[in-house]
Amino acid sequence: MKALLLRDLKLAFRSGGGFGLGLAFFLIVAVLVPFGVGPENDLLAKIAAGVLWLGALLACLLSLDRIFALDWEDGSLDLLATSPLPLEAVCGVKALAHWLTTGLPLTLAAPVLGLLLSLPETGYVWLVTSLALGTPALSVIGCFGAALTVGIKRGGLLLSLLVLPLYVPTLIFGAEVARRGTEGLAVSGPLALLAGISLAVIAVLPFVSALVLRINLR
Amino acid sequence: MASIWEYANPVKFMRLTDRVLPVVALGAAVCMVAGLIWGFFLTPDDFRQGSTVKIIYLHVPAALIAINAWFVMLVASLVWFIRRHHVSALVAKAAAPVGAVMTLIALITGAIWGEPMWGTWWVWDPRLTSFLILFLFYLGYIALWEAIESPDTAADLTAVLCLVGSVFAVLSRYAVNFWNQGLHQGASVLRAGAVTGSDTEEKVSNVFAVPLFVCIAGFVLLFLALVLLRTRTEIRKRRTAALIARERLV
Repeated sequence: MKALLLRDLKLAFRSGGGFGLGLAFFLIVAVLVPFGVGPENDLLAKIAAGVLWLGALLACLLSLDRIFALDWEDGSLDLLATSPLPLEAVCGVKALAHWLTTGLPLTLAAPVLGLLLSLPETGYVWLVTSLALGTPALSVIGCFGAALTVGIKRGGLLLSLLVLPLYVPTLIFGAEVARRGTEGLAVSGPLALLAGISLAVIAVLPFVSALVLRINLR
Repeated sequence: MASIWEYANPVKFMRLTDRVLPVVALGAAVCMVAGLIWGFFLTPDDFRQGSTVKIIYLHVPAALIAINAWFVMLVASLVWFIRRHHVSALVAKAAAPVGAVMTLIALITGAIWGEPMWGTWWVWDPRLTSFLILFLFYLGYIALWEAIESPDTAADLTAVLCLVGSVFAVLSRYAVNFWNQGLHQGASVLRAGAVTGSDTEEKVSNVFAVPLFVCIAGFVLLFLALVLLRTRTEIRKRRTAALIARERLV
């Protein structure tokens, strides 16, 4: 399990692995938004939390098809499926590796980009908290989507079409926490719901992903 | 012994639907023509909404079918998973585009209705938003069916997507409720206690309700007819594919 995690992390960090791509994309989104909506600080401060959440979500989406596609192509997924490690654990580890290489860096980078978008001071804590709680859910749901489309050539677009509607609840609660935090309102309600979604999908979806992979490997 | 599972046999299913389909289609045509003419021309205008109220005869039945088509897909997917009846998987496949179109009709008629009433084509109201999300779910489901070549794999994967999607669709519905309060009125056609209770004005009056029920019956029958027709087409497609494969072997 640990070996698999390390292998996935190494693959992501070394050349062509796409680590940093998501971060760069996130940065570009944050830079482009003021060009699109105008440079007024008041307006930017109002939409910063939502824009950063959306940017993080899209950046997360960018690297999803790498979770299984490369292993599927070179056959290592078959090896993983026949290895003593249960496929459910493989899915969990893969999602964890995806989170460590995209969700975690995005969470850490978000405050800096918040500065660019003149996010009010009160917002930083809640932006980071909501991203830290929400991005694992994005990775796990995305892992399910990647497992669904693994057998399809050039399934990247289809993957986004399938996964984006599934992201709706996470995005709503995550952005709501960040927005309420920014405005100084009580956040415990959406925060609890966001954490609930994350925990539920982490508990359930790896099993579904494994089921889907078995169907695809049949 | 007659059991519903007998009709999981494609031959029996085809034989039954061969007889049932014309009846259902005729019923749909009669109900829809009668209900729509009744609704459009023979009911009075609403004292506040004027003639725009008549869009209810398309909007409400379409919205009803849009949601229930997903339930049909959910049940059919479960049956496919548990009992591996191919007809069931094909019913789920056949229902999806019909449901997607109904969702679109509900959204468009809603926008046309909303413009004179609320002064806007679109608001991010929970009901409107969740219908838009439902439409996206339909698109994803249909796209997944189209993308996979092997029919059994496609049936399995779309069934999983339908089950997981249902959970997330319900979750989205509540999340959206949480996110914004809306303009759309609540369910008022069959409100309990509304007939005798004090809030009679809150309920849709019988003058409008009766033709509405005829329209709903028409839409339900239309949905059934379309799903049966599409399922029959899918079964025939499978047969043709099997025949072609056999020809190649010989």
